[in-house]
Amino acid sequence: MAILTKEEAKAIIDKVLSYAKADETEVTISGGRTGNIRYARNTVNTSGETNEIGLSITSVYGKKSGSTTINELDDESLKKAVARAEEIAKLAPENPEYMPMLGPQNYGESKTFVSSTDAIDPDYRAQVAIDSIKPCEENNLTAAGYLEDFSGFVATGNSKGLFGYNQSTSVDFTVTVRTADGTGSGYAGKDFNDVNLLKSGPVTNIAVQKAKASVNAQAIEPGKYTVILEPMAANDLLRLMAFGMDARNADEGRSFLSKRGGGTKLGEKLFDERVNIYSDPNHPDIPSAPWSGDGLPMEKTTWVENGVVKNMYYSRYWAEKQGVQPVPRPRGMIFEGGDESLLDMIRNTERGVLVTRFWYIRSVDPQTLLYTGLTRDGTFYIENGQIKFPVKNFRFNESPIIMLNNIEAMGKPERTNGNMVPPMKIRDFTFTSLSDAV
Amino acid sequence: MKRRDFIHLSGLGLGAMMVPGLVAHSKPIEEAQLMSPGIDVAAKKLLADVALNTTKSLGATYTDVRIGRYLQQFLFTREKNVQGITNAESFGVGIRVIANGTWGFSATSDVTPDGIKKCAETAVAIAKANSKLQKEPVQLAPVESYGEVSWKTPIQKNAMEIPVKDKIDLLLSVNNAALDNGAAFVNSALFMVNEQKYFASTDGSYIDQDVHRIWPNFTVTAVDREKGLFRSRQALSAPMGMGYEYLDGLESEKIMNPAGFNSYRNSYDMVEDAIAAANHAKEKLSAKSVMPGKYDLMLDPDHLGLTIHESVGHPLELDRVLGYEANYAGTSFATLDKWETKDFQYGSDKVNIVADKIQPNSLGYVGWDDEGVKTKEWDLIKNGKLVNYQAIRDQAKIIGEKESHGCCYADNWSSVQFQRMANVSLKPGSEKMSAHDMIKDIEKGIYILGRGSYSIDQQRYNFQFGGQVFYEIKNGEIAGMLEDVAYQSNTQEFWNSCSAICDKDDYKLFGTFFDGKGQPSQASAVSHGSSTTRFDGVNVINTGRSI
Repeated sequence: MAILTKEEAKAIIDKVLSYAKADETEVTISGGRTGNIRYARNTVNTSGETNEIGLSITSVYGKKSGSTTINELDDESLKKAVARAEEIAKLAPENPEYMPMLGPQNYGESKTFVSSTDAIDPDYRAQVAIDSIKPCEENNLTAAGYLEDFSGFVATGNSKGLFGYNQSTSVDFTVTVRTADGTGSGYAGKDFNDVNLLKSGPVTNIAVQKAKASVNAQAIEPGKYTVILEPMAANDLLRLMAFGMDARNADEGRSFLSKRGGGTKLGEKLFDERVNIYSDPNHPDIPSAPWSGDGLPMEKTTWVENGVVKNMYYSRYWAEKQGVQPVPRPRGMIFEGGDESLLDMIRNTERGVLVTRFWYIRSVDPQTLLYTGLTRDGTFYIENGQIKFPVKNFRFNESPIIMLNNIEAMGKPERTNGNMVPPMKIRDFTFTSLSDAV
Repeated sequence: MKRRDFIHLSGLGLGAMMVPGLVAHSKPIEEAQLMSPGIDVAAKKLLADVALNTTKSLGATYTDVRIGRYLQQFLFTREKNVQGITNAESFGVGIRVIANGTWGFSATSDVTPDGIKKCAETAVAIAKANSKLQKEPVQLAPVESYGEVSWKTPIQKNAMEIPVKDKIDLLLSVNNAALDNGAAFVNSALFMVNEQKYFASTDGSYIDQDVHRIWPNFTVTAVDREKGLFRSRQALSAPMGMGYEYLDGLESEKIMNPAGFNSYRNSYDMVEDAIAAANHAKEKLSAKSVMPGKYDLMLDPDHLGLTIHESVGHPLELDRVLGYEANYAGTSFATLDKWETKDFQYGSDKVNIVADKIQPNSLGYVGWDDEGVKTKEWDLIKNGKLVNYQAIRDQAKIIGEKESHGCCYADNWSSVQFQRMANVSLKPGSEKMSAHDMIKDIEKGIYILGRGSYSIDQQRYNFQFGGQVFYEIKNGEIAGMLEDVAYQSNTQEFWNSCSAICDKDDYKLFGTFFDGKGQPSQASAVSHGSSTTRFDGVNVINTGRSI
């Protein structure tokens, strides 16, 4: 049984804690089922399902900590595991940054578990592949796709009385559709907690349309262009910035949030005033677990308000050292948008490039958050409010900081890879070379 | 929430599950267990035969069994502190079968006759179920029956036997060396891997292998608070298929490069490199920003290895060429029709690139691959022309090969093996030439060392690479350090601009532990050898920005 109820998990955790002799002990049990199906060249390559349960114990003496993990939950195995963690802890070097374990916390209820996703079986996965491959075969196109689903739980408790339990589900589907002659390629993907929201046929159809429309792309000169980034493309760059807002790096002078002469850019206006970024574990579209990696309750947090940096992540250690409250790192970000639809943005564009997604994004300069990467699977030239023709893919060199100062318009945010991101129209986006890749 | 996030969530403290790069199903163990031998070969053979007999009785036409014990030790430090010590073991068995002409795979951590029997039954059931969707039956290239054989990485010092304290002392001395020389921050790490792999198949091979790898690494950062600037320099080490002897820092394996500091071949002086790194990081804070334009590039093997990996290694993987990776890693510009002409000029006639799994000290070095094929070396590019790909048993027929190239790999017993990149290396030049000789002929150039930013499109045409340190070359001499350098090119254009390659005395290995491919993704370790090489008239951009 890979999923334990709250009561079952608590009973095991309490039992482990009763065996413990260390100064502090923490026990985490997690388990679940991960399933997947992968297809390419219009045929299924691999499919599988893994059911796993694991229990990890961290024992601490002073500032010395040791961990172990086991899969067997009988009393004898649990006793041995506690002894082993304690042995490892005694031999470990001191960690000067160790923070004492937290006492009881108030974790809210989460909406991360959906029973429909929990009910996914191999037949469902096969059907997703069939529904995706069939329209491609009928159109002389080639599909390659991947579905991964998860249903599981995590429970944690420690010798200071902390206890938390959460169940979650997720499903992630992506598909690449290529024309038989290799001159056109399209991509689409969706991720949800609730599999009922996933319609793999229509998602595939978006990739089909993009593949067909991208055939025989024309080369246009690289340079600075107004771009319309679909949410997937916008997310590719924005998430790199939003998840890099660590206070310690900023305080240490090695972050885009470090300030010349010392200090940080907290409280400064870094972006266009329309930029608002927050996280919320109870957001209906991207619910997340009620506690963070260091055990603190997750709360709604504003990161950027009207273009001003309002918060950075503070670990418990760094917060104490700096004399501030810790701010946990969130799991999903909400980038607020605007009113324009993607279609409106295209209609209102005199000359620009529509980007489906980016690929192979790598940091070029962490000082300025300059990134490079390429467009992929559906890049189109817009003129006088209409998509005119597909264009060859571009390499870009751009910083999301600069991007968020060049906003022309934003649309309604959509869930994309666990974040809520709007389509965005950005001026002066820097394309530095052309690629022949399709 | 994705699986990865879930794993992160599950450890509130210093859970070893949070360490990056651990193989699947790893459990923390005590240091002493890293040296215990595991179960003996005779017992492994008995267990493997349970699987082979079970699948045969259920109608499978082919079976291979991999009993794997994967040991890892990772040590992390930061300035004066030890951040983490992880000793981990992952132990289990993976069974792959062909039934009804279709692959099936199953794995279990229950390495008992009963556990293996059940797992074998599942593998056959999966193959039979999947055969309904199969369009063409699997055909395997023939392989020799090797009987009971063994192979071991020829190490001098088993890194697992060196006490943790000695390793931590080394890392802290590396950190001190960097801090004493003006670094503001330094992170250092040691990764050590021992794969104990037993392979058996219905082709009559029982292969026991003991594979060792090691990777020392650091990042040194200098900060100028007044100017609000920071710059880093990473280690110029390579992950190697060696024991702890790689860290001996032998003088005989050092090469003084034209920029005036040592590069390292098969022996690494980590403290010396940390001192150089601190000096480089400080110098980078005030180095001249590059003027964009065309330059002749002189690329050190520490840098060129990654360019080879991305622009030659990946596009010549046959599964990418055929479209199996279309939804993830991508496809390839090096299509079968180009190869069939026998005249596709991938590079200049100086370019000879070989694939191998037999190069001493390399990460890919093994006796047999993960489907029991004896390893070898073969040509990919000969005198600039594309001559071959990397293919395994079920792909060989597609390119008219009689046998597999022997480059099948799984990153764990629980992962299904598939075609992975072999070592892919540029052969040294046949004429005597050192890097000091090479630089004399360059009027306007840039000398690049170390692995920096890297990005390439999904068919491997257009790429952009940075580095760790850059030097301007003016009229045959080094003219100071440069910053904000990246070069952009097209694979075929770039390799055709190759005009000179240093000789074998300059040859060294570059490598990576974590090459990713497949869904779910699997990691693979691979080396790339080369000598310092010159490329003419390459487009260099300036990556400096102000925010």
